[in-house]
Formats: sequence, structure tokens, C-alpha cells
Amino acid sequence: MRNEMHVEFSSVSQNESFARVTVASFVAQLDPTMDELTEIKTVVSEAVTNAIIHGYNNEPDHKVSITCRYDEEGEVEIVIRDYGVGIEDVDEARQPLYTSKPELERSGMGFTIIENFMDSVEVISKHGEGTSVYMKKQLTKSKTVYN
Amino acid sequence: MGLQSTFEVKEDVLIVRLSGELDHHEAEKLRDEWKNMLYHHPVKHVVLNLEQVSFMDSSGLGVVLGRYKEVLQLGGQMVVCSIPHSIKRLFEMSGMFKIIRLEENEMFALETLGVAS
Repeated sequence: MRNEMHVEFSSVSQNESFARVTVASFVAQLDPTMDELTEIKTVVSEAVTNAIIHGYNNEPDHKVSITCRYDEEGEVEIVIRDYGVGIEDVDEARQPLYTSKPELERSGMGFTIIENFMDSVEVISKHGEGTSVYMKKQLTKSKTVYN
Repeated sequence: MGLQSTFEVKEDVLIVRLSGELDHHEAEKLRDEWKNMLYHHPVKHVVLNLEQVSFMDSSGLGVVLGRYKEVLQLGGQMVVCSIPHSIKRLFEMSGMFKIIRLEENEMFALETLGVAS
């Protein structure tokens, strides 16, 4: 069946854990493998961290939103959105090891990890309006059924 | 569930044992504690034991890379050990093993750095 959920929360780093656990609980209804669940938690953590650090420059009074849906085929779509400063050059930001904040000791691997763990990733960003990250992943087909 | 960290000094090796979840929220506090240990003890090498870590993302990699650079400046090595499967995949994807050696467990890691157990 099709199913969808939406959450919105303050742009504070405590919520990074809340966000990945919430999405993982929702996706757990599809009985994913442990690896798939870890991958989904990781990409949520990366995108929410980006929204808080880069989208909102660590200011706590903003909102990050997540929409997650899946369909009959087990394809999961996750959209993570902020209404912050936006990314000027998305192609540059997606390069491995790139970081706009080297003083913060970032690894610059966030987008690379997202691209590796998901089947498709689209980043829509507009200067001064915010960033939306659209990610899709097809989960492995239903596990063996025992009678 | 947060992150717990314990530090132990054996000869010139700082052993860092982490447990829990290492994300951006936990990264800053860990960085401060870890840096403090590196600069206030006469150590050269670091053994990073990840056995009890249940989650890590690129913010965690950032902290490890930051300390790796400091250990290089001390003329030492960083060795990671007891790494769970999911975190090993993250390290492999990010090319971490090109610069940080992996050993099976803490005892082996210490042995390679010349510390008798």
C-alpha cells in the first residue's frame, strides 16, 4: 500500500537523532534489511545536519521539514526541506570533500554518502529561499515467506 | 541515546573508546575532550575503538579526520579497531582506510604500536 508521513521540527542539533529515528520507524513497516535501515538513517542525518549547519547557520529558531512516502513496490521517497540561505552552487556542494565551512571540521562527505546510499538524489536550492533534497531508494523485494 | 567516550593512556598511545551514536550533535563535545587528552598527555599515537558505536555519519568522520591530522603532527599514527559492519562501510566509502589503519581488536592495534598488553 501507499503510505506517507510528514514531520516538522526546530533547527537544533538534538533533532538530528529524532529525525533519523522517526524516518527509520516509518520505513520499518516495509521490513527493510539492517543495511537498508542504516543507509536511510544515515542519509536523513546528513541532510538534516546540512539544513541546520548550512541552511540556517546553526540558528535554532527555524524549521526543518521531512516528508517520507513509500509505494506498493517498496520504493521509498524522502524529501528534506529547509527555508534557509540556499546553496549557491549545488554541483560544487555535491563534490566529495567539498565544504563551505572548513573551520567547522566538516568531512565534506555528506552528499557523497547520500548519493552512495540512495538510488537517486535531486537537490533544488534557491538563494535566500532554502534547499530541498529529494531522495529515492528501492528496497529489496519482500523477504522469503514461511508458511 | 547520545555518545559516551572514555580515554586511557598506555605508554605513548591514547586509547579512545566510543559508545552510542556519533553525529553532528555529539561531535563538538567529543572533539573538545579528545583534543584536550591529546595535548595534556605525552602521547603520540591514537587507537580508536569503535566496537560499541551504533551509528556514525559524516560529522563523525570529520572529528576523526581532525584528530588524524593532529596525530600526524605529533609524528604518530592513528589505528582504528573493532569496527562494526555499518561503520566499516562508511569508512570504506569515504576512503578513510587509505590513511587510517584498521586492526581487528584493541590488543592487536596496541601491539602494532609497540605496546605490550
